[in-house]
Amino acid sequence: MNSINPLTGFKDPVLCRNLLDKIHAELGAPLSFMEVCGTHTVAIFQSGLRSLLPRDLTQVSGPGCPVCVTHEGEVAAFLELAKKDNVVIATFGDLMRVPGPRGRNLNIAQAEGARVEVVYSAFDALILAQKHPDSKVVFLGVGFETTAPTVAATIKAAAAQGIENLLLFSMHKLVPPALAALLTDPEVNVDSLILPGHVSTIIGLEPYRFIADQYGVPAVITGFEPLDILQALLLIMTQIKGKQPRVVNQYSRVVAEQGNPRAREIMSEVFEPSDALWRGLGRIPQSGLALQGEYARFDALRLLDVRVEELPPLPGCHCGEVLKGKVRPNECPLFGKACVPANPVGPCMVSTEGSCAAYYKYSL
Amino acid sequence: MCLAVPMEIKTINSELNVADVEIGGVKRQVRLDIIDQAPLVGDYVIVHAGFALRRLDREDALETIKLFQEGFGLELN
Ligand code: SF4
Repeated sequence: MNSINPLTGFKDPVLCRNLLDKIHAELGAPLSFMEVCGTHTVAIFQSGLRSLLPRDLTQVSGPGCPVCVTHEGEVAAFLELAKKDNVVIATFGDLMRVPGPRGRNLNIAQAEGARVEVVYSAFDALILAQKHPDSKVVFLGVGFETTAPTVAATIKAAAAQGIENLLLFSMHKLVPPALAALLTDPEVNVDSLILPGHVSTIIGLEPYRFIADQYGVPAVITGFEPLDILQALLLIMTQIKGKQPRVVNQYSRVVAEQGNPRAREIMSEVFEPSDALWRGLGRIPQSGLALQGEYARFDALRLLDVRVEELPPLPGCHCGEVLKGKVRPNECPLFGKACVPANPVGPCMVSTEGSCAAYYKYSL
Repeated sequence: MCLAVPMEIKTINSELNVADVEIGGVKRQVRLDIIDQAPLVGDYVIVHAGFALRRLDREDALETIKLFQEGFGLELN
């Protein structure tokens, strides 16, 4: 046998076939699984797995795209920040086209004269702040537990280096509280969960235990290659068959049981949990991250006097229901008609990890 | 934006706390502030938004693939 490559081995078509055959052979009753990570959504479509899985094994996409779950009121707030004098907005590219009130977005704001810079990393925003000492550089912090430590480390570095003109609008969200909210919602009906591999890299297994213990739902932490996803589905099927719901780690080559304690330490030095607004899910207690203690001085909303209001959903957009897995993207009346990736009505069609965008790209 | 990919460490600059990483000809510089095990040159690390998140355990990866090849890895263990 040739030497195995630790990266490409997880794409091996022959091994995938074997696992698929096994899934087809062993699936008894219909089974639904929700993936709560936009990267999984894309991986399932892109690899072609979706069309190869048994019909009775249904995929439901959850609130796993950070850009999509950014609340209407948060979008309005960052568009407000972009209007302020002497402010440079530093943002991940995905937020540029997210529509706010009256269809406004950062692209339009920029065309109208706002200073907006697309960055690849939070640390680039710190460098930007060094370059523009006379401006306030506001970083738009979106993302789950994977991204939050990178932002925390950046704010910590800014504090250590005395860079006081870097500000943060923290829209970060935490995955376990959102899962608890979903599992409590009587309208949400999923048999099992595929848990986000890279969020778990940071938080480990412990914060998910309640899923099996309290709700009796099997859940598997999964990587992003076809073999990972197929193995996760088999692990779920085995649990259902044995009536022993558990939280299992399929992605042990990257995810340790205890996660990444160093990243969590930096995160909890800079942030404290706070209530947060999610598009579609509303206000979820302790599901966000706010700057705390001495780091509160980097808070963009406080310094620039902008507030997040509870705005209503965008007219006609069902993104909120899509994020709960209640409505499939193609069940939205605007899908593929008024709402297409080139001209998105809602964020689920903007972000490449959004369910509507994935449906549009891969299933038409 | 959640994308996180494994990349190989090529050089490490511990003074600046950064490393040069590469995968398939794509080169980047990543920060090492939040990784919990100090990586070595030749290690794969999971890279997200300019930061190395965690080391990929090569032995664990090879072990899993081997199990698949032998027809195991299909049950709960
Ligand atoms: S198709 Fe467009 S309008 Fe409909 S839910 Fe998705 S993003 Fe919203």
